[in-house]
Amino acid sequence: MAENNFSVVSAKKLGLTFETSDGPVHALSDVDLEVKRGDFVSFIGPSGCGKTTFLRVIADLESATSGEITVNGMTPENTRKSRSYGYVFQAPALYPWRTIEKNIALPLEIMNYSTAERKERIERTLDLVNLAGFGKKYPWQLSGGMQQRASIARALAFDADLLLMDEPFGALDEIVRDHLNEQLLKLWARTEKTICFVTHSIPEAVYLSTKIVVMSPRPGRVTDVITSTLPKDRPLEIRETPEFLAIAHRVREGLRAGHSYEE
Amino acid sequence: MSNLMRPWQSLLALALSLLALATLPLLMPQAPLAFSLMLMFSIFVLTIGAALVSLLPLPALFLSVMLFVCAHFSTGLMIARLAGNEGAASPAFFLVLAANWLLAWRCVSLLCEIRVRSKMADNLLRLVIPAIFGAWILILWEALTRGLGIPFIILPPPSAIGARLVASVPTLWADVQQTVFKAVIFGYVVGCAAGFAVAILADRIAFFRRGLLPVANLMSALPIIGVAPIMVMWFGFDWQSKAAVVIVMTFFPMLVNTIAGLEAAGSMERDLMRSYASDYWQTLTKLRLPAAMPFIFNALKINSTLALIGAIVAEFFGTPIVGMGFRISTEIGRMNVDMVWAEIAVAALVGSVFYGVVALGERATTFWHPSNRSR
Repeated sequence: MAENNFSVVSAKKLGLTFETSDGPVHALSDVDLEVKRGDFVSFIGPSGCGKTTFLRVIADLESATSGEITVNGMTPENTRKSRSYGYVFQAPALYPWRTIEKNIALPLEIMNYSTAERKERIERTLDLVNLAGFGKKYPWQLSGGMQQRASIARALAFDADLLLMDEPFGALDEIVRDHLNEQLLKLWARTEKTICFVTHSIPEAVYLSTKIVVMSPRPGRVTDVITSTLPKDRPLEIRETPEFLAIAHRVREGLRAGHSYEE
Repeated sequence: MSNLMRPWQSLLALALSLLALATLPLLMPQAPLAFSLMLMFSIFVLTIGAALVSLLPLPALFLSVMLFVCAHFSTGLMIARLAGNEGAASPAFFLVLAANWLLAWRCVSLLCEIRVRSKMADNLLRLVIPAIFGAWILILWEALTRGLGIPFIILPPPSAIGARLVASVPTLWADVQQTVFKAVIFGYVVGCAAGFAVAILADRIAFFRRGLLPVANLMSALPIIGVAPIMVMWFGFDWQSKAAVVIVMTFFPMLVNTIAGLEAAGSMERDLMRSYASDYWQTLTKLRLPAAMPFIFNALKINSTLALIGAIVAEFFGTPIVGMGFRISTEIGRMNVDMVWAEIAVAALVGSVFYGVVALGERATTFWHPSNRSR
């Protein structure tokens, strides 16, 4: 299909340098990357490798200092202004004075959706993340995993085809994380969105992605891009198959190579 | 439970009342109206009896009610005899009073340990415990001023203040209307609203932030004693000049707190708004103002007391012949100290009600804040 070749994110020679009082910090340098429509791309690497910075550049929360990037064929700023991505942060960032329902309604209010439409979308997204019946609760009355699911629902509530997720499950324990990973895959299959997912967990990256981008620090750059050979339908048990372990091995090798000249 | 096993207050109270029995009478020989034998007998029966019963292992609720009734009845009998006998209380009188105070202490500590399940009873306990505490401040004040014969000018007994308060309700009410309902409310609303509006302006426009804030800082340092007469010159003798002083006083805390509050929203929450391409006013109303509410209510609470102080002090510098500050300044000149105290009591009551209303508003608005949360 011609449509599947559409580049949602296209970066060429992208670089970002922060000017700090201790001199320039090269957060990203020479990053070349293509993300196609419907891809699930994971960014993995040690902390300081620029994976979050890259995601923030896509979202126009930071601006690149060199190179080119287009998102949905536009500049990141125009993409942000056309409200065509949803961003999930490391923490749920739900507003404590709003109920879960009202939190999900927040982007809808800002984007002027009608009351009826809001109601319908809140119900639908709460269902998608298995939080039906919790709409009237306040965020602080829910567990960490439920709060993060609510923040995913909030990112799904409006019509954005691109979902940017910055270590969304980093603060959760492994059992909850496994469960949410499984749900996220189902959600991705159902909604056919493009997802960019930052993580520092190898199993998480391999389990979720169609494409894994391995990055290394100082300066932040891409060392390897691995296209997953796993089928689209992935039960949790797939993590014990030789195929899965082979991909995980390649990711680990890529991370090690990025680290090698540091010592 | 350890407190129940060692009722040291009761033991001490028993010892004190026995000591009092040994050093009778309760009043000095020169006292014009002596205690009758019957009265003295009742006082000691009540106090010693309560102390003895409270040593028994009985239910806490029964003990506390019994202590409450006996200790306060006995105290009431003693205090009632003081009028006309000013300065004639003997050491034995104060020993029995101390014993009763200890019994009331024991009563309160028993009440504190009672765990009730119903919300009504819990609320009742919450009222009763501080009420007993406050009542004893008044009882000791009354007993010491009358018992030791402290001059009326220095400190009138609370009963005299209460009598004066009841007798001058129309005057006091007129003063409250003049000072609180006109000057304080108007000044408070305008001062807080202005502080809030300028904070938003300073947040929106860099020129205001850079230029106006240092000037506003200067304004906060203006001494009220200096500002008040100037305001009287500008706005006349009536309540308008007092309202102006209140505006000057309340403006700055509101400004500073609102500016601090507007910075309180986290960077992740702001990034979220940015990712929605939300405009300035949407971010302000949906994120930054709700996040600033705890700060804004802080200012409202500070200002509720500042406004009352400002209006009362401002009335010292020229006012029509009504108003709380006017009353205090003229009555102290006429040595009517009880009227001054009555006015202070009214001011304290009004201030507490004002603060309480603001605090209730805070609980309703910032219920989500970790300090107010109830699951």
